[in-house]
Amino acid sequence: MNKTLLTLSASVALSAFAASAEEVRVYNWSDYIDEDLLYKFEEETGIDLIYDVFDSNEVLETKMLAGGSGYDVVVPSGTFLQRQIQAGAFQKLDGTKLSNAGNMWDVIADRTAQYDPDNAYSINYMWGTTGIGVNVAKVQEALGADAPLDSMELVLNPANMEKLADCGVHFLDAPSEMIPMTLQYLGENPDSHDPDVIAKAGPVLEAVRPYIQKFHSSEYINALANGDICVAVGWSGDILQARDRAAEAENGVEIAYNAFAQGSLMWFDQMAIPVDAPNPDAAHTFLNFIMDEHNMAAASNYVYYANGNEASQAHLEEDVIGDPAIYPTPETLENLYTTTPYPTKVQRRVTRLWTKIKSGT
Amino acid sequence: MRRISLILVPYLWLLALFLVPFLIVLKISLSDTALAIPPYTPTLDLSGWETFRAFVGALDMENFVWLTEDDLYWKAYLSSLKIALISTFFTLLIGFPIAYGMAQAREDWRPTLLMLVILPFWTSFLIRVYSWMGILSQEGYLNQLLLSFGLIDEPLIILNTPVAVYIGIVYTYLPFMVLPVYSALEKLDGSLLEAAEDLGCSRTSAFWLVTVPLSKSGIIAGSFLVFIPTLGEFVIPSLLGGSRTLMIGKVLWEEFFNNRDWPVASAVAIILLLILVIPIILFQRNEQKQREAEG
Repeated sequence: MNKTLLTLSASVALSAFAASAEEVRVYNWSDYIDEDLLYKFEEETGIDLIYDVFDSNEVLETKMLAGGSGYDVVVPSGTFLQRQIQAGAFQKLDGTKLSNAGNMWDVIADRTAQYDPDNAYSINYMWGTTGIGVNVAKVQEALGADAPLDSMELVLNPANMEKLADCGVHFLDAPSEMIPMTLQYLGENPDSHDPDVIAKAGPVLEAVRPYIQKFHSSEYINALANGDICVAVGWSGDILQARDRAAEAENGVEIAYNAFAQGSLMWFDQMAIPVDAPNPDAAHTFLNFIMDEHNMAAASNYVYYANGNEASQAHLEEDVIGDPAIYPTPETLENLYTTTPYPTKVQRRVTRLWTKIKSGT
Repeated sequence: MRRISLILVPYLWLLALFLVPFLIVLKISLSDTALAIPPYTPTLDLSGWETFRAFVGALDMENFVWLTEDDLYWKAYLSSLKIALISTFFTLLIGFPIAYGMAQAREDWRPTLLMLVILPFWTSFLIRVYSWMGILSQEGYLNQLLLSFGLIDEPLIILNTPVAVYIGIVYTYLPFMVLPVYSALEKLDGSLLEAAEDLGCSRTSAFWLVTVPLSKSGIIAGSFLVFIPTLGEFVIPSLLGGSRTLMIGKVLWEEFFNNRDWPVASAVAIILLLILVIPIILFQRNEQKQREAEG
């Protein structure tokens, strides 16, 4: 999938040389769109689309804060968006160019306003939860039929992890999600900015560290689907994509996604336009294209993430809108938590703790 | 006048490509992180003497203090040194026989052999390292081969371990060792060996007493060419090594990209440079001595 996207961005870029001058450069998460939409956008608008992908908010933020990234549309998650708005990295959206804005869903817009007041700088693309993906058969083989498939106990209790190590466990390489998750497990406030509280996450993660094969934020999709690993702490839609790829390959691998019973992080990926975007007009055109109810539905149907577009819900397939792992029930929704950005000095402690956990020093 | 302009050119070169970037990095390493573009404060303001003084006043050594307080950085420097030294040793161990064989080959074959050493450079370095991932992974070609010969019962875990990093580094930097050693060996006068043997020296001791000392300059040049870039290597450990392979290049990348902490990243880079300055000066001296000896 990553490979197809790379070739795709290459071919889209090549066609840019042949065609007219106007182009829009989009920097989005990997495995996060139906590629047909990219071609559809070029056909409908005549604008050349250059589509690159990343798999880490941190890398995106570095590019944004360095300035001059050359991108017209980028997709940071809520907390990162908030910090980058404070840093002056984005420009305000021009509502007159976004005729499809009426399609947006107020339930999500209310929540994203926490990061971007009045949603002045961004539109919601997708949202989801950070939870746990399991290869059901392998996990039950290792832990028995009553394995806690939806519990943090599965991945944060060394006794369980020791038994799972042989079949492979991946964790997200995302400190701003994994530390809050561990705090939630400990019964602390997951959004704590107190360095002493944050430090408590260290021993818990260090205890399971020997049994984690890799910290990576996109490899687990294929690794789960191929049966190379049996557990991944990852993003809802990515794990559901793994489930689908395994089903398509008919390789006998059955993947399941669950939000944590102890409560999962709810995050929002927001499309925004950098302050120094070379072509803000085309960027607005792209945002408006994405806000079209049919296009947004096509994207969600493809990547198995919920979106913030109410009108698109009429066009969603039943296994998307009807799946509580994607569109949670009101009860589950209450169990989800959100986080706010760390101040710079606390951020340094968090990432340092994360490096320590990962490298074992 | 002509002499001055002759000296001026290399110094301008050094100024533009070394000193200016160094000063910029040094300046960032003395500043604080900030939520801004660029992500540090203060930024240089040359509009007046007062603002410049305020700028200088805001600089401090805090980031260097932070480096000494945290053992991660020292461990990473030491681990990089260890990896660089071991890699250089193995590159020499493998590279010397190759260079020796090339120098011993018939004269009309040598251009072809030289070509074969250089040929891999025609493919992107990144692709060559990636293909090692395909070779070394658990379902990779190496394991399949060993399994099919019955040499092992279970696939070896090589990828994401330090062994894979050593393989990658030795493979990548081998030509940097082979070429200087070859050029030293090629100049070797064969009659010296004959003389040694005539005077009762065995072939083995002639090799150790004549060939090796005369190729010393090539060995030293090759070792530095491998050691210096390996110390700061980033691509190979991040692709082939697991998260436990600690190298300063990777730490630097993480400070910069994952932590968005440019000041600390710059401080790490300054220290790395200081560590590298010693071998680079030694290398320069060796080159100079050699030139004098030849001149």
